[in-house]
Amino acid sequence: MGNARGFLTRRKGGKGWHWTDIVTWVWLIGGLIVMFGPAVWLTFSSFKTPAALAEFPPSILPYVTQQVKVDGYEKPLALFEAKMPDGSTQVLAEVRRVGIVAQMVDPKAPGQIIRVNIADRQPVREIAFATENYTKPFTQFDFVQYLWNSVFVTVTATLITLIVNSMAAFALSKYEFKGRNAAMLVILATLMVPLSVILVPLYSIISTVGLFNNLWGVILPTVATPTGVFILRQYMLTIPDELIDAARMDKASEWQIYWRIILPLTAPALAVLAIFSVVWRWNDFLWPLIVLSRRELYTLQVGLSIYSGELNVQWHYILAMTVVTMIPVVLVFIFLQRFITTGIAGSGLK
Amino acid sequence: MAPSGSPKGSLEPKASASPMDRLAGLALAPVHLIMGLADKPLRAWQKRTGIGGMALFFLAPNMLIFGMFVLLPIVINIVYSLTGGTALFLSERSFVGLDQYRQLFNCANYLDAMTCQEDAFWTSLDNTFWFVVLQVTLMILASLITALILNRELAARSFWRAVFFFPVLLSPVVVGLIWKWILQRQGLLNFTLLPFGFEPHTWLSDRGFAFGAAVGVSIWAHMGFYTLILLAGLQAIPKDLYEAAQMDGTRPARIFWRITLPLLMPNLLVVVVLALIKAVQVFDEVFILTGGGPGTSTLFLTQYIYETGFVSQPRNAGLAAAASILMGLVLVVLTLIQLGVGRKNEAKGKR
Amino acid sequence: MGSITLTNIQKAYGAVHVLHDINLSIEEGEFVVFVGPSGCGKSTLLRVIAGLEKVTGGDLFIKGERVNDVSAADRGLAMVFQSYALYPHMTVRQNLAFGLENSGMAKAEIAERIGEAARMLEIDSYMDRRPGQLSGGQRQRVAIGRAIVRRPTAFLLDEPLSNLDAELRVSTRAEIAALHARLKSTMIYVTHDQVEAMTLANRIVVMRAGRIEQVGTPLDLYNAPANRFVAGFIGAPHMNFIEGEVLGATADGTTIRADDGSLIAVPVASTEVRVGDRVTLGIRPQHIALATGTAGIEAKVRMVEALGSETVIHAETLGQKMLAIVPGQRLLTSGDTIRLGLDAAPIHLFDAAGLRLATSGAQH
Repeated sequence: MGNARGFLTRRKGGKGWHWTDIVTWVWLIGGLIVMFGPAVWLTFSSFKTPAALAEFPPSILPYVTQQVKVDGYEKPLALFEAKMPDGSTQVLAEVRRVGIVAQMVDPKAPGQIIRVNIADRQPVREIAFATENYTKPFTQFDFVQYLWNSVFVTVTATLITLIVNSMAAFALSKYEFKGRNAAMLVILATLMVPLSVILVPLYSIISTVGLFNNLWGVILPTVATPTGVFILRQYMLTIPDELIDAARMDKASEWQIYWRIILPLTAPALAVLAIFSVVWRWNDFLWPLIVLSRRELYTLQVGLSIYSGELNVQWHYILAMTVVTMIPVVLVFIFLQRFITTGIAGSGLK
Repeated sequence: MAPSGSPKGSLEPKASASPMDRLAGLALAPVHLIMGLADKPLRAWQKRTGIGGMALFFLAPNMLIFGMFVLLPIVINIVYSLTGGTALFLSERSFVGLDQYRQLFNCANYLDAMTCQEDAFWTSLDNTFWFVVLQVTLMILASLITALILNRELAARSFWRAVFFFPVLLSPVVVGLIWKWILQRQGLLNFTLLPFGFEPHTWLSDRGFAFGAAVGVSIWAHMGFYTLILLAGLQAIPKDLYEAAQMDGTRPARIFWRITLPLLMPNLLVVVVLALIKAVQVFDEVFILTGGGPGTSTLFLTQYIYETGFVSQPRNAGLAAAASILMGLVLVVLTLIQLGVGRKNEAKGKR
Repeated sequence: MGSITLTNIQKAYGAVHVLHDINLSIEEGEFVVFVGPSGCGKSTLLRVIAGLEKVTGGDLFIKGERVNDVSAADRGLAMVFQSYALYPHMTVRQNLAFGLENSGMAKAEIAERIGEAARMLEIDSYMDRRPGQLSGGQRQRVAIGRAIVRRPTAFLLDEPLSNLDAELRVSTRAEIAALHARLKSTMIYVTHDQVEAMTLANRIVVMRAGRIEQVGTPLDLYNAPANRFVAGFIGAPHMNFIEGEVLGATADGTTIRADDGSLIAVPVASTEVRVGDRVTLGIRPQHIALATGTAGIEAKVRMVEALGSETVIHAETLGQKMLAIVPGQRLLTSGDTIRLGLDAAPIHLFDAAGLRLATSGAQH
């Protein structure tokens, strides 16, 4: 505790509080709440039953009203703590509600109906995780299929991205040839052309080559990322050319030089690109939305958006599936965040 | 390190091989096999075409994909914008010249979107303009403040940096849904405001609030990225400059205006242009959050293109292409500015 | 093992010519050192032989076979690089094996060759480490080992000692000499350090600005440098040069007026010298003696380096600096006046173009 306090109040020079210190900590704590809060809130909400979700004001933890089986009643009845006229409190099960009066029974003596004003009773609640929010979409809807599609697109696109981009980066960093500058220029130019500008013609090309409603139609246009080529090329430029000379003297073919010397030595940059690519492809939305029009081909992102756009939004399922969609990204964040931040700070700009 | 005894031993490292290494080796075995198999034909290719041929081989897949999915679409886009009709394939479309552009620009009064033939285009243009202005200004401000705070002597700085970076990784769909959930009538925001005497409000049904939410949510989702870049720029400023200024008794505000800001300017400019480029294309998270509504209050340019080209019946690919080319022109200008700024920075760095 | 012959080799990058008409014949088993100042083209020449650079003119023969269009991999040569160029992600053993695996050799033979090289170079104790875990000297050995296992036609070594500290450089130099004596293979060695060249080479090739200045045994170059450049480059410290005009040339000696006007008579004669020619005298510091009486030329001591076994005297005479190395210890201080005796010294004469003139007279 003392440690935590020392940690939280550590300041420059150990002098008294300056107003900038207060601003700093208000901003940071505020940031912590605003940045993490929504996702945490969503996660808590995803374990609530539809009834609990409709409650206002909402509770933070997922509560459900306790139910009990009472003799003589088919359905389980909800348990309430009722204030009796004599001032004592008693746990009763509610049979039905008429206006402001609830008809209740004592679960131990179910024969006698007790009438209680609804203002005098409080539901007996327990924490319960509505895990069916998670299991149902997977068992009854197509979410397993969506999940599989997303995984397939992400993994395949990332692998192809790594291979294709590293090959191009190798050629552009280690070979002198006519048209190298032209090739660099073409790649540079593609930085200027985001997807939203070429939506319509790209769609017609994908249709022409028969990749409409095909996961490959989602994968292929995304794999030749200029950013990837740049990151890898910058890194490969730092590998000494003497190593390549040495390999040539060692009777290695150019292809061997690529995959036995260059690729292993580019591993750190490849890792950064792989992480980026996984996050990008997992999160892709607009393009899959256009290319995929059959339900069984939807990726998680498309599936989610379609479900959330339906008339009677089933929030309990949507929330749970949003959490599922978030999981890989959160894992990347927890374990690989350092890689990404240094990757952006190091190569994103310079 | 244990010295390996027999010089006649196997080629695989023994003494230093940990189980992890072995596992990795096992996993890589098929890769090695495939790459090895590819070697034979490629050696033959190298023999025939030399180093130049190999360069071509390494570059070809990337260039093919670029050509097919980026360069070709650009050309086709221009053709699309000059043709009319509802057909998808170029051969079935009729040449209409600049009609699509004329339709886009056909307005009685350019200050009032409702007097235009394509009022949705002008509304989306207007919305996008205000979105860009508000979002970029506020986001850069927030990022700059955050970066300055993170650049102070702070315990666990990387933790705090990560806090602000977290939303950057979330998918736009998740971002949209999270905030849709929070801003709904029974949502967290109303709950938080309850103690302050606010009545629950359906925020996203309110035109003004919906637009504000679009701006706010996209700032929330992206500011971490720009904070990171600005922080890297701040940390590149040599510490002894601050120490020298302190020795001179310079006031902190003056240090900020005379040292920090000028030295950060190159990064700041790049960040502003990057943010502009991103903001012009705004779509995903806002589409999920508001669907463009209520009414057309959060209808942005990309959504207009998407809906004109893919959702509306009949689809109007020519009009969408024309609109996207106009948007592309704006982006090209912005990118050229960015490249110019970047080059100027590089020249400065060399001097 | 094999001979290497270069005829009229040219190399140009666009309009920039880095090698001009190189003609050289290297015998089987010879240790040849390319030496010259940086940028003289010696490394380029080595890379041309290796096949890492394509020649733009001339022919290159290895074992009598023209190899201009043969790739580096197929020339049967092995190279030791200045930076060692060990594959950082492979262990020492994998580094040695890589080239052999590429030529499709059987595993057993690879292991045998590696074992042999490891014993020879005493590197077997760190065969499973990566280059990053080795010291500079150890990496050096591995780099040599990687060449040895290949059993190449010839070894090409590109400044292999330049990344080692002074002490290690001397001992490794001796080891390379021993290695050559043992393997008896052709070795071509590039360095800018003339001491390395003198100690290692059977023959030295002195290069400057893309041309060969002189080829010869170390002592040939030392005793009879073909021109002023070679004379200045070979031998440490550098040869002293005195420039002047010939006043008299007889069969017994030559009299020269130095640029400051003073006269100097040396006991060497050349039939190629005419009165009035501009010439340069060259005298090695080690060949200058301290003279007494009126012999020799007067000089002022500027600085004295007492090394114990010998004394290095920085002197000034005839309007220029002169270096003299005399054996033993001398009690001299800056400002003293001494006399430098040149009588016993082998003195070289170079003409206005820097070419050495044939001399007779008091020679070694």
